[in-house]
Amino acid sequence: MEKSIQVLEREVVEEFALFPEWMDKYEYLIEIGKSLPMIQEGNKTEENLIKGCQSRVWLHCQMEDGRLQFSADSDAIITKGIIALLIRVYNNRRPDEILSSDFGFIREIGLQENLTPTRANGLVSMIDRIRAYATQNQ
Amino acid sequence: MNREILNQAVEEIRKQVPALGRTVYGKPLVYLDNAATAQKPQSVLDRVHQMNAGVNGNVHRAVHRLSEETTLWYEEARDAVKDLIGAAERAEVIFTSGTTAAINTVAYAWSSRFLKAGDVVLVSQAEHHSNIVPWQLACERAGATLRVLPVDESGQWRMDLLPQLLDERVRMVAVSHISNVLGLVNPIQEMIRQAHAVGACVLIDGAQGIVHGQVDVQALDCDFYVFSGHKLYAETGTGILYGKRRWLEAMPPFLGGGDMVDTVTFEKTTYAPLPLKFEAGTGNFIGAASLAPAIAFARSLTTPTLEENQQEIIQYLNEELRRIEGLQIYGEGPNKIPLFSFSVAGCNHGDIATLLDKLGIAVRSGLMCCEPLISSFGHTGLVRASFAPYNTLAEAEALVQGLHRVVRMLR
Ligand SMILES: Cc1ncc(COP(=O)(O)O)c(C=O)c1O
Repeated sequence: MEKSIQVLEREVVEEFALFPEWMDKYEYLIEIGKSLPMIQEGNKTEENLIKGCQSRVWLHCQMEDGRLQFSADSDAIITKGIIALLIRVYNNRRPDEILSSDFGFIREIGLQENLTPTRANGLVSMIDRIRAYATQNQ
Repeated sequence: MNREILNQAVEEIRKQVPALGRTVYGKPLVYLDNAATAQKPQSVLDRVHQMNAGVNGNVHRAVHRLSEETTLWYEEARDAVKDLIGAAERAEVIFTSGTTAAINTVAYAWSSRFLKAGDVVLVSQAEHHSNIVPWQLACERAGATLRVLPVDESGQWRMDLLPQLLDERVRMVAVSHISNVLGLVNPIQEMIRQAHAVGACVLIDGAQGIVHGQVDVQALDCDFYVFSGHKLYAETGTGILYGKRRWLEAMPPFLGGGDMVDTVTFEKTTYAPLPLKFEAGTGNFIGAASLAPAIAFARSLTTPTLEENQQEIIQYLNEELRRIEGLQIYGEGPNKIPLFSFSVAGCNHGDIATLLDKLGIAVRSGLMCCEPLISSFGHTGLVRASFAPYNTLAEAEALVQGLHRVVRMLR
């Protein structure tokens, strides 16, 4: 049985809770960043570039069998970790599933408050982009 | 000198600066972003509080006691600045909201009278955006062109190119005393001499320069010298435009409004004498009043002991930063201040700064308002650690240790 988005979100929150120190949380985030489904060079287009981020982030999305497939990249590994985390939860899902999430788990990890405002804005922009892809493909 | 003595001297200073005692993420703060803004001593905080709590009458306006007292503090600050930079007279010291406002004042008012079509403004490759964009705007208005003095690979001005770059068409040379990225004290004395030889006017962006070393505007013979209060331990939103009287007299006002006028009729207005001619509207009189204690504090930091401590920090970082594999320092030479901008191969500048922050170490990352320079190095940003005399050698060590750890994580 496929896990629901909500279950995956819970898993991520619990994983991060295992690390009381911020440095360890970041270490983990970096590790996740290294597993990011890499975007093809040809998809690093202006359109896929997410505005509002301190570092450059590209997020590509395509529909396959009614499910959204994401790939991404960034100059910065921490940003890669964040986007990889989002992709881990929202990849290979139907648009309605994605739209049913409130993306609140990010706040629960405490990541948002811990990011510099520019990075936090970047995070919001990434979430907005995932939502927008889901809405367009509904 | 003995390390104990040096540490003790720094600790004495640190006690006066409350922000340095705070923690971030449960770790002691290591504040290494002094080139962006400096932490303020208690004397400055007290002055601001005292002004707000008990004085606060609008400056230069009324005859009542509060306004008089404000005016006294305001003008006392002007005297303190005049003494600090060695201006010939207090009328040459104009209060602005910062370096940016001061440069814009000159770029607008001076240029409107003295910059003509076909003229040239010379800036260096290492200028802050504040000393580039106002001149681009001025050049656009006048039909003049902007010319750039390059730096060599260690960040030093290419003075050898001056004979080609400095001709009679150059009317203004606008350059920094110390670049906020490279941390090198530039040969401004020589630049001023050569610029004057072709009849050009010289503006020195002293935002960093005023903090690191003595400035004597008369000995330098610069036409304008500008800086911000907040980098010199004073309240934010304060700044200084020093200009030679003959230029300030000849320039039209920049902003029009209250305080800068003599008589106003709908047909014609005459302007107030200097310095008020360039101080339209209610100035930041509370912030300005903090300049006197800030300058007193800055002066107290120029002891041989604290100077030696800073030299040791420079030497330590020069040696230890290089041990980090792939680390490259931008800005090298004997004229270095304790400000180090660097890249680390394979690591993003923003990632480095984010992780250092979690260790309690505050550094700057990114383009640092110097995009042309940093782009020319082939980077989208650098990391910068900038020290003040209140920083300890132990903090430099914490930075190096932190970097080793962070780089290991990122690779
Ligand atoms: C060399 C230099 N010039 C200009 C500025 C601009 O100063 P402010 O933002 O205080 O106007 C700075 C500050 O970052 C600087 O370092």
